[in-house]
Amino acid sequence: MDVENVEREHIISMRVENRSGVLARVAGLFSGRGYNIESLTVAPTLDATISLMTIVTKGDARIIEQILKQLNKLVDAISVVDLTERAHIDRDMAIIKVTTTPETRAEVFRIADIFRARVMDSTNTMYTLEVTGPGRKVEAMIYQLRSLGIEEVIRAGRIAVAREPYGADTT
Amino acid sequence: MMLNGSQIFIESLKREGVDVIFGLPGGVVLKIFDALHQQSDVKVVLTRHEQGAGHMAEGYAKATGRPGVALVTSGPGMTNIVTPLADAYMDSVPIVVFTGQVPTQLIGNDAFQEADNIGISRPCTKHNFLVRDVKDLARTIREAFHIATTGRPGPVLVDIPKDVSINTAEFDYPETVNLRGYDPDPGDDKTLITRAAEAICQAKRPIIYVGGGAVFSNAADEVKALAEIAHIPVDMTLMGLGVFPASHPLSLGMLGMHGSYTANMAIHNADLVIAVGSRFDDRVTGKTSEFCPKAKIIHIDIDPTSIRKIRDIEVHIPILGDVKAVLTELTQALKVSIDGNKKDLREPWWNQLHEWTEQHPLTYSQSDDEAIKPQYVIDRLYQLTTEKDPIVATDVGQHQMWAAQYFKLEHPRRWLTSGGLGTMGFGFPAAMGAQEAYPGRLVLCVTGDGSFQMNLQELATAVLYKLPVKIVIINNHYHGMVRQWQDLFYEGRYASSHLSGLPDYVKLAEAYGAVGLRATSPSDVDQVIQEALHTDGPVLMDFEVSRSENVYPMIPAGGANHEMLLEDPPHLGQAATSSVEAPETVTLS
Ligand SMILES: Cc1cc2nc3c(=O)[nH]c(=O)nc-3n(C[C@H](O)[C@H](O)[C@H](O)COP(=O)(O)OP(=O)(O)OC[C@H]3O[C@@H](n4cnc5c(N)ncnc54)[C@H](O)[C@@H]3O)c2cc1C
Ligand SMILES: Cc1ncc(C[n+]2csc(CCOP(=O)(O)OP(=O)(O)O)c2C)c(N)n1
Repeated sequence: MDVENVEREHIISMRVENRSGVLARVAGLFSGRGYNIESLTVAPTLDATISLMTIVTKGDARIIEQILKQLNKLVDAISVVDLTERAHIDRDMAIIKVTTTPETRAEVFRIADIFRARVMDSTNTMYTLEVTGPGRKVEAMIYQLRSLGIEEVIRAGRIAVAREPYGADTT
Repeated sequence: MMLNGSQIFIESLKREGVDVIFGLPGGVVLKIFDALHQQSDVKVVLTRHEQGAGHMAEGYAKATGRPGVALVTSGPGMTNIVTPLADAYMDSVPIVVFTGQVPTQLIGNDAFQEADNIGISRPCTKHNFLVRDVKDLARTIREAFHIATTGRPGPVLVDIPKDVSINTAEFDYPETVNLRGYDPDPGDDKTLITRAAEAICQAKRPIIYVGGGAVFSNAADEVKALAEIAHIPVDMTLMGLGVFPASHPLSLGMLGMHGSYTANMAIHNADLVIAVGSRFDDRVTGKTSEFCPKAKIIHIDIDPTSIRKIRDIEVHIPILGDVKAVLTELTQALKVSIDGNKKDLREPWWNQLHEWTEQHPLTYSQSDDEAIKPQYVIDRLYQLTTEKDPIVATDVGQHQMWAAQYFKLEHPRRWLTSGGLGTMGFGFPAAMGAQEAYPGRLVLCVTGDGSFQMNLQELATAVLYKLPVKIVIINNHYHGMVRQWQDLFYEGRYASSHLSGLPDYVKLAEAYGAVGLRATSPSDVDQVIQEALHTDGPVLMDFEVSRSENVYPMIPAGGANHEMLLEDPPHLGQAATSSVEAPETVTLS
């Protein structure tokens, strides 16, 4: 029972009909049943009739089981996969604006380098950095920059892909 | 064949076998009503309120198993039918509701009588569609009926903008549906069925807990076969009533908050619970952490989200599938493995069950010189009509529970009640929907003085369309169920539960051209019922009953199933009568 009750982050990858209103169905499901959405991205796929949603959510085993079942039940949901249960790669991207002083500029630059972030823009008092990587990495970089003075962070939301082709258990 | 949208609508309904729709017109659906007016294959029942139309569609669907259909206008027409949609969603009733919408080019402009029908109905429909192009209309209707009636049934809404009802397209009704994201038939798992059969063979104290899913699956015979072959007692949920004969020796009646003592003690003490198309509602489980603490649970359900939904309730053998299919296989497996000695193995269990029933049967008392007891009305109604195999619709409240307890049903689809949403106002229109489907049968509506007022305008519809529903008002001058809770949990303070200003129901019936009858003492009861049965057309019977009667057994909310109140606690009499003065009823006449 103990393991069941531990809250964990899950990344759900979902193929849906590319129709108006589908996003509202998914979002309404989460709000109506009191589930969390940490992040959600939607974009078209190679097949123009299908969109891919990547949802990052948190919950214990029971809640995640219900979320997956409820998502699957949506008529517009073509497939729902919990990537957390299998080997996968995830990416987030953030644009981070950092206020700088002559004393901190070098340090900010050094941190950007460590995280392989790119300087998108630079003024006398500001660096605008672009970082891409697993969610953990993006978070670590934001954490390190925080004390140096972050003005604004914009995150794209996580996307993820399984390392192996989806098997027959894809429903 | 080129047709306009309204003609396509009608042709599509005909392909779906729809013979009647319930509805009320308005600007954006005038073209459709106009087309309906010019044909006679699909009958239109004009209701007095869109809520009435929605519940009639539900009553039709529950009684027949075929989808009920309603057609209403945009804006207020749509918002008026939201309650039936939510009701049908909770109770898995297959209805298809068509709503009018403003012309496509006006959508989003706050046009006259515009509402976001898709947005409003999204959380209370199984699925919904906005038809933007008349070319998609036929296919959408095909899909709507398919979704409403397959898998776990439910309401579907189709929103039709005015221009779509006018524009023309080639009519071609699709034979098949192609919905790649929708798989209503999950199939069933053979190994789990074998495990279930083993568990049943070994159980010493098994119980079947059967619900609405067995009704929807038309699986009454299969439930009976399972119970009989393995000699297992049967508890029914409110929604399952009728799926197993109440008179059958294996029936323990209804379980749950107002279930019978034996039904609740049985599930609490069972070592194996076989849940068949039931969803572990909180009115059944009570305190979940103490729900059948000694039992293994087998759960048969077609909807994956129903299985393992309740946190504290562990399901040991989850079987995803249609009740009928699963039970057929399960009884097959049992026939092979059961050794015939089950009766002996379970004898102590049966002795215990009989003992409970002897200790605490469902009872009430009625003497000639006191006010009519509500239970007595139901009991007499049952005795005097059961031969006719009536359909019984109820509203929501105490009368609903007494009807569930005392009107013993032998067959499924005779019981129309609002369980999940508990919608007052459901009963009368639902009864009319069933009567429309079965003009020759006896349809009863057991209602309360409160509930009936929520859709009484449909008396006009009943009279006009000659729907001879026999209405039984259990008139206690209260929102009785609310008063009961106030008696038990609010120290008898009757906040907003007394119904002063009740109409004279007999005159009310007469005002609509129906027949009204009244009973004020126990000796009137039989006579009034008999007279109603011998009267053509709708009859309203007003039974003036005892105002302080409460429904028992009762598991207080949050209690465990063996913690039942069996009668008024001693403090009640005083609280109810002396500390609070209920205002005298004013009869408006
Ligand atoms: C005032 C009041 C008091 C109430 N008191 C009680 C009470 O004392 N006892 C009580 O039982 N209820 C009571 N209720 C009703 C209660 O709220 C629930 O509506 C009811 O218990 C649910 O019944 P059910 O479990 O049969 O589920 P339903 O709502 O009938 O759901 C059916 C289940 O079967 C599944 N299903 C559907 N089709 C199939 C199929 N073909 N094959 C397999 N599975 C299928 C569905 O997925 C669902 O899980 C009360 C309601 C009110 C308003
Ligand atoms: C639409 C709606 N509003 C409020 C309630 C809450 N409620 C449940 S039972 C009840 C009282 C019902 O009174 P009545 O119809 O007279 O039946 P009785 O309990 O007296 O038999 C109320 C108000 C409800 N179920 N439905």
